Amino acid sequence: MSPRKIGEVILEVNNISLAFGGVKALTDISFDVREHEIRAIIGPNGAGKSSMLNCINGVYQPQVGSISLRGQVFKHMNSRDVALMGVARTFQNLALFKGMSVLDNIMAGRNLKMRANIFQQALRLGAAQREEAEQRLFVERIVDFLEIQPYRKTAVGKMPYGLQKRVDLGRALAMEPQVLLLDEPMAGMNVEEKQDMSRFILDVNDEFGTTIVLIEHDMGVVMDISDRVVVLDYGKKIGDGTPIEVRSNPDVISAYLGTSH
Amino acid sequence: MAFFLETLFGGLMVGMLYSLIALGFVLIYKASGVFNFAQGAMVLFAALAMARFYEWIPKWFGFDNKILANVLAFAAAVLVMICVAWVIERLVLRHLVNQEHITLLMATLGITYFLEGFGQTLFGSDIYKIDVGMPKDPIFVLEGMFQGGVLINKEDLYAAGIAAVLVALLALFFQKTATGRALRAVADDHQAAQSIGIPLGRIWIIVWSVAGFVALVAGVIWGSKLGVQFSLSLVALKALPVVILGGLTSVPGAIIGGLIIGMGEKLSEIYVGPMLGGGIEIWFAYVLALVFLLFRPQGLFGEKIIDRV
Repeated sequence: MSPRKIGEVILEVNNISLAFGGVKALTDISFDVREHEIRAIIGPNGAGKSSMLNCINGVYQPQVGSISLRGQVFKHMNSRDVALMGVARTFQNLALFKGMSVLDNIMAGRNLKMRANIFQQALRLGAAQREEAEQRLFVERIVDFLEIQPYRKTAVGKMPYGLQKRVDLGRALAMEPQVLLLDEPMAGMNVEEKQDMSRFILDVNDEFGTTIVLIEHDMGVVMDISDRVVVLDYGKKIGDGTPIEVRSNPDVISAYLGTSH
Repeated sequence: MAFFLETLFGGLMVGMLYSLIALGFVLIYKASGVFNFAQGAMVLFAALAMARFYEWIPKWFGFDNKILANVLAFAAAVLVMICVAWVIERLVLRHLVNQEHITLLMATLGITYFLEGFGQTLFGSDIYKIDVGMPKDPIFVLEGMFQGGVLINKEDLYAAGIAAVLVALLALFFQKTATGRALRAVADDHQAAQSIGIPLGRIWIIVWSVAGFVALVAGVIWGSKLGVQFSLSLVALKALPVVILGGLTSVPGAIIGGLIIGMGEKLSEIYVGPMLGGGIEIWFAYVLALVFLLFRPQGLFGEKIIDRV
């Protein structure tokens, strides 16, 4: 593998706090993500990992603190606004378009690249047809990359779970994102599927230089593929650093092994 | 036998109109998860707009050409329905994203009464006629097979043709265009659709506009048969058993469900009605829907709902 060049800070999370009614999901969290790196957020169940990801994705608006991407501060963003800024995501509980084929799912991810308007499309004018063909070419490359060629026309709802996870990744990749958010990409997978998924994540990072933020509660895999790791527990940050640093952090060990707090 | 076939055809024609209205329900439900109670009111609103613009436009511009008047009135009614869709998205749907289903249902109930009332304020509450030049004369077919043949209304045949073309065009639009793909994506998962940059608001406006367009076509066909009047909005209540029968998420289900209900209620009225003292046409559809709810709650073509426990 060629050595990746990790660049400047691209995503900054500053003193974020998020509460649902009286329940504090996140308390005063800060960390940064550098360009081209793989940054993991780990923590036991209920640590606030998903809440953190959903803040970055614009699903939740934190009550305190700010998030900025390339210096641009998020203000009243929804997921679409965040998508327009070049952030794509996958979902923990597979939010695929179940009735649609693999190709259609990934083509839907090209949505922002489509320029033809609805009337050109409805009348099947040249511009719309040409565009559809161009985007299709790109989508076929993703299908090849993820090794799901035999399933191109299959409705995703009928595919095995591990492959559905790949389609979810494919749809996000179709956006050619600068930052890719992965929500437990290996949840519910067997060892072999986990290895495949790790390989895809490393390849995406390596070949396209995509910055990746992933959350996972399985520590083992994460330590192997991440450059830096943030550890959350009960909505608070208890560790931040390289996998080796984090592994020897006493707070992290006690959170995971359950020694006295 | 000839009488049976005539009854059957009559039922199919009524059923086709139920299908058109049910199609409006299904489109909106699929794309936004909203059970749009206002579909019937939209049919009335669209038909009223069409009927009145047909009178007004020649007067405003001082010409006397039936075809031109019809074309312009239709275009004006399409614009009106797009405006309705836009206003509904702006003032109602946008503020109710991710709310309970019952909240959204109540909202569309509100829209129903508003559209019915406001439509009559705007366009008047008399009975108006729509005349798009459909031939009224009946024809006889199969004269070789039965004595006297089977009587069919030419108007009904035209209407069936229009409905079929409309459904085919909608299917193409949904399956073959990027916007259609985005519509299907939103129908499957709002959150995921938003995360890939699909604008929910714009998609909703498109879907409600399309549903408004379908309502207009249904209103024009129905209105040219029976005149545009308040009872048009009640026809939509017949579309409820249709969507239960066909499945709330299935376009073919809406079509076939409509045909079954239309056919079933006419045949049952003629052949079973006398035994029960008549008048069963009114409730037959609902009983059929009830039976379906007991044995196949997702309808003929609906997606089976399996919840993980």
